[in-house]
Order: sequence, then C-alpha cells, then structure tokens
Amino acid sequence: MQYLALLYDTESEADNDPAELEAVFAKYFEFNRQAEAAGVLRGGNALMPSATATTVHVRDGEKVFTDGPFAETREALGGYYVLECENLDIALEWAARIPAAETGRVEVRPLMQVEGGLNS
Amino acid sequence: MDRFPDDRLRLIFTCCHPALALEARVALTLRTLGGLTTEEIARAFLVGPTTMAQRLVRAKKKIAAAGIPYEVPAPQNVGDRVSGVRAVIYLIFNEGYGASSGEEAVRVDLAEEAIHLGRVLHELLPEPETAGLLGLMLLHHARRAARIEDGEIVLLEDQDRSTWDRPLIEQALPLVERAMPGGGPYALQAAIAALHCTAPTWEDTDWPQIERLYRVLRVRLPSPVVALNHAVAVAMAVSPAAGLAQLELLAGALEEHHLYHAARGALWMRVGHANEASAAYRAALVRVGNEPERRFLERRLAALES
Repeated sequence: MQYLALLYDTESEADNDPAELEAVFAKYFEFNRQAEAAGVLRGGNALMPSATATTVHVRDGEKVFTDGPFAETREALGGYYVLECENLDIALEWAARIPAAETGRVEVRPLMQVEGGLNS
Repeated sequence: MDRFPDDRLRLIFTCCHPALALEARVALTLRTLGGLTTEEIARAFLVGPTTMAQRLVRAKKKIAAAGIPYEVPAPQNVGDRVSGVRAVIYLIFNEGYGASSGEEAVRVDLAEEAIHLGRVLHELLPEPETAGLLGLMLLHHARRAARIEDGEIVLLEDQDRSTWDRPLIEQALPLVERAMPGGGPYALQAAIAALHCTAPTWEDTDWPQIERLYRVLRVRLPSPVVALNHAVAVAMAVSPAAGLAQLELLAGALEEHHLYHAARGALWMRVGHANEASAAYRAALVRVGNEPERRFLERRLAALES
C-alpha cells in the first residue's frame, strides 16, 4: 500500500542557522538512505516555507487567490514522503523515523488505490 | 504452536489498534472478542443501535482502508500496544461501574465482559501489569453485592463484608503477587484493593501500608482520584486533621470534583465541624453527575442538618 507522510513542524528563525540546518539535513539524508535501502521510498520533498504559499479557491466562477497556506497554524506543512509499505504498522514505524516526527508531527494517510490510474 | 490462541491475540491487537478512535476500539473489542451483539453494546453505552452499528462499520472500514494489519505487533512494540489493550479493557470495566450519569450505578454485564477479556489477555500474554489489571478487576467485582443496597450506594466503610465474593478474592490474590514485582499502576491499585478485601473491618485495615502504596501510585499514576484516595488513606493512617490538610493541598486541582468536596465533608464531620461539613457536601451536590451519588450526598447532608 502507498502512504503519504505529511510533515508538520514549527517554522522558526532558528531554521536559518547554517549549523542547525546542516544537522537537520544530515538526519534527513540518513532517513532517505535507510528508506531507500529498505525499498519503501517512492518519493518525497521538502517544501519551501509556508510564507511562500498561495491558496486558490473558485466560487461561482470567481477565482480567489489568498496569500499564505490554507491553515494558519502553529505547525506548518514542511514536506512529504510517499512510502510503500505492506501495512499501516510498517508505515507508522517509518513515519516515526522521519526527523519531523521528533520535533513536530507526521500525518500518515493511505493514497487512494485506483486501478491503473493515478498511482500506477 | 496452537493456531487458536494466536488468532485471539491478533484479534485483540487489531481491535485495540491506536489508529482507531478509542470508542471504536471499545466497541470492536466487545463485538469481536466479547461476543456481545451490537444492540447489547449500544445499550451498555447508552447510544442507539444504529449509532453503534455505524461506529463498528466505520472502524472496520478504517482497518481496511488504512491497512491496519491483522497481526500481533512486532516484539519491540508489543509492550506499548499491550498497554493500550489493558486501557481498553479497564475502560469497559469502569463503564460497568459508576456510569457518570443516569440511574444505573452498576452495569454488571460490562464488568464481567471486561474480566473475561482480562483473563484471555492474561492467558495469552502473561505479564505483571496484566495480572495486576485482572486482579484489580476481580477484587472490585468481588464487592459488587455490597456496594448497592435498595438501589443506594453503600460506602466501603459501611459494606457488609460477608457478602463479598471470597472465591473471587482468593483468585485475585496470587495475581496481585505476580503483579507487584512490576510495580506498575494496576499492580499498585490491585495491592491496595487486596488489602481492603482481606481486612476484617474498615478500622482493622492496614492503613499505613495503603497510604504508602498510594504515595507510590501518585507518582506512577498522577490523577485527581488517586490524590483524593491518598488523602483518605492519610486520614485513616494518621488522623482526620492530617487528611484534611492533605486535601487542602489538592484544592486547586480538584475544585470541580464532587468527590473532593464529599471527602472534605466526611472528614469535617469526623472532627465534629458540622458547618464546614455541610458547606462541603453542598459544594459536592452542585458538582455531582450521577443520581445514586446525588442521593447519597443528600442523605449525608440531611443527617448532618437534623
């Protein structure tokens, strides 16, 4: 089954400290290496900070563009992974190893299984 | 290895999976392992049968959709997951006692279901805390006949101990012994219950030991009720005044708890301060949530003011 792991974490000024960034990168590098080696990694990426987001909605044919993410929350969506795992427990084990799980939260949700469709 | 115990374990862990909402875990466990019908579970939890049926359907859909495996967890996770199973079982047991509102203070079927589940878990995965949980439930259940008289609550201190189920108590004691080395919260609570169940009378109870056990329990299981019970034990082991002083320390945390005020009322009564006792029982009455407890407090107040 394929699962999306959504990484939520606080964004702070400290994120710009080069030494701290290096440390974080190293952790993600290690996670990616392990997930890749185990054959569970199907994709993933960091996102630019939530301030770079724009939200779109269309109502009655009218397009509305709003500055910022959909939800202004303490913890912002910072990245995602697509993991292919046999079952939820295994997906959760991997999600727990994502560095953001230690400092923020990771949501794990199965991708819609579509025959010969979006994910194949 | 016998396939059948394995299936039951897999069922227990699947039904109690943390990815399911707590009320879903409770319903699924009772339906799948407890063998209760949907209607029986609905009645036990005071919801309509359709609501309960939907709850079960949603839970099964989530199991399928999210890929919750039908498996015993990996060894490194069993500890945490068993903790969760015990929590579900104890929740079911507590639903069988003192519903938070409504007329029935004791719903026996759920308590017996929980004990059955506890036995199964203990048989399949014997662990000190599971022995503790089972022992605790048996000891509580042993006193069920004495707890209610003509639909009214009878406090432990006033219960007719000859109605306590001695065979059940005997069953529980070795379980408590097996649990104690683990020193977990269920073990401690079971040990306290065992001291009550083996004491000939309220006065002739090992209060100093109970007080010591509550001190440890307050660290392992910090909760308002534990703190309250500790204060009661202090009152018995040391003096009512010491108990009142202990309760004073809890004022901030327990102000909204009817039991806190009821405990104060009882202790004020014991030191002969009727006015303070009245005030405390009135404060308890304002906050009490279930009918049998309300009537009990009203009787206390009436006795005081007559």
